[in-house]
Amino acid sequence: MLKKKGRSTAVFDNVNVISSASFGGKKESEGPLGKYIDFTTEDAMYGEKSWEKAEIKFFREASKLAITKADISQSDVDYAFAGDLLNQCGASAYGMRDLDIPFFGIYGACSTFGESLSLGAMAIDGKFAENVLCTAGSHFCAAEKQFRFPLELGTQRPPSATWTVTGAGSCILSSNGNGPRITEVTTGKVVDMGVKDAANMGAAMAPAAAEAIYSHFLDTGRKTNYYDCVATGDLGEVGRELLKHLLAEKGLYFENNLTDCGIEMFDKESQDTHCGGSGCACSAVAFCAYFYKMLCEGKIKKMLLIPTGALMNTTASQQGESIPSIAHAIAFEARC
Amino acid sequence: MDYVKAFVTGGAICVIGQILIDKTKLTSARILVLFVVVGCILGALGIYEKVYNFGGAGASVPLSGFGYLLSKGVYEETEKNGILGIFTGGLKACSGGVSVAVLFSMLAALIFEPKDKK
Amino acid sequence: MKTTEQEKEEYLKKVDKITPNSPIIKNCIWAFCSGGLICTAGEGLFKIFESLGFSEDNRALLVNIILIGTSAILTGLGLYSKLGKRCGAGTIIPITGFANSMVSPSIEFKKEGFVLGLGAKMFSVAGPVIVYGLLTSIIVGAIHYFLMG
Repeated sequence: MLKKKGRSTAVFDNVNVISSASFGGKKESEGPLGKYIDFTTEDAMYGEKSWEKAEIKFFREASKLAITKADISQSDVDYAFAGDLLNQCGASAYGMRDLDIPFFGIYGACSTFGESLSLGAMAIDGKFAENVLCTAGSHFCAAEKQFRFPLELGTQRPPSATWTVTGAGSCILSSNGNGPRITEVTTGKVVDMGVKDAANMGAAMAPAAAEAIYSHFLDTGRKTNYYDCVATGDLGEVGRELLKHLLAEKGLYFENNLTDCGIEMFDKESQDTHCGGSGCACSAVAFCAYFYKMLCEGKIKKMLLIPTGALMNTTASQQGESIPSIAHAIAFEARC
Repeated sequence: MDYVKAFVTGGAICVIGQILIDKTKLTSARILVLFVVVGCILGALGIYEKVYNFGGAGASVPLSGFGYLLSKGVYEETEKNGILGIFTGGLKACSGGVSVAVLFSMLAALIFEPKDKK
Repeated sequence: MKTTEQEKEEYLKKVDKITPNSPIIKNCIWAFCSGGLICTAGEGLFKIFESLGFSEDNRALLVNIILIGTSAILTGLGLYSKLGKRCGAGTIIPITGFANSMVSPSIEFKKEGFVLGLGAKMFSVAGPVIVYGLLTSIIVGAIHYFLMG
């Protein structure tokens, strides 16, 4: 029998998030979620020789810590689904060199963590795996260098800009053990509403988030107040406003339970991050550091996490293409 | 008085650039290209010379002054060397500035390490 | 997912409405003052070299050397980008901004080697400026020579 509801929602019987690990940089440690992050470093190069190598190390260390915290060994992990922001998934590929785990490298830009949780949960519920590692990471300096300009170039960031989160978040999904359950995932479609401004990612991604959220509620038949917390990945302030408008057009209204990992990650006023955090690590670190603990403690009982990603390709952008986006909705349920 | 003139001229040229950045979302690279090209054309038309005579460094320090320098150089060279001056004038005029910028870029790269942004 | 042109158009209008604009008045004031100050400093240097008896062309070059050198040091220390955040075009348009656009990638891309890293990326912004500046000078030079010469 197909374990699927509606057009795009997969339903799981037994997928548990048995551990989480989060790593962050200096700015993340100073943000509102700083005290929940497992390990933070002042050094943007994390003792390495370049930002790219630091991103690799964040990825590797977060993955290792999640395995340790789950009280299993690397040989117990059947698959890893992981990705990052470096070209050709550099951080995950190079980070996985030292880990003895069968690996699927995935790319969903800033939605990568949602993609890895979705595929990991499917692998477990399909009984192809007992334990799965899901990791996603990014690095502010490496992302700026790759996608935008050198850091020391004296440009102004417009008010709609977001700040790539430095760090990595990692989870172990398992068919055994305790921890919050993943009950459903709704896989998003690629949506492109013609936004071309790379300094306004929230606007580019909001329609994808709206589409994933709408599909999820349509497929499951739930009401918007079913969840204690509905958290998008990295829409930021502008994206969240647009998302509210788009959802209202579809007849979905949220009260205080709609938030955004990017907005939670930094303090906009004191940290000069403009619209909020972004990047693969944004939803990964916010979930692994904060939301996971809230779910474990039962302070949040039901949660929908919607990592959002802008899938633009730098060459296509230079050729005048707009920004295609995606979002995946992951439903969690606390044990207690 | 020359200082006030330089301040106002330079400031005004930068404000034009700022309006372009905020209103058109042009990247700084495109803005710099635009200023050099426009400076060169205005120089060729004899307009930028008037701005320079008024503003002094206020007109020569902004990148439009770099364009003006190119047009001035190519005019002088064609008058001195004829048709081949078309190809040598521009680069000759800006050779000092470009060489210095290349040298300092290399020195800076040797001395400094990339820094994190707070 | 397929979307129609009309849906896109309506959405982009909404984006324009909700996205906050850059504080253009504030930015212009900063650009005016900072750009003006850099030029005033240039004027001051110009006068110093004049009193030392340098020719007009050499004076201009000496001023540029000092401004470019200052910009290189500020960029290396990580201060130029801090100025740039406030001053915007005021620190982009002057020759110091041109120098910043060469120095900043040089420092950052030396990790990828001295030839294709530093050597190539040094001109990622300055290259186009020189290319189009030179092409324009060739065109105006040709017009000058053939039509007016």
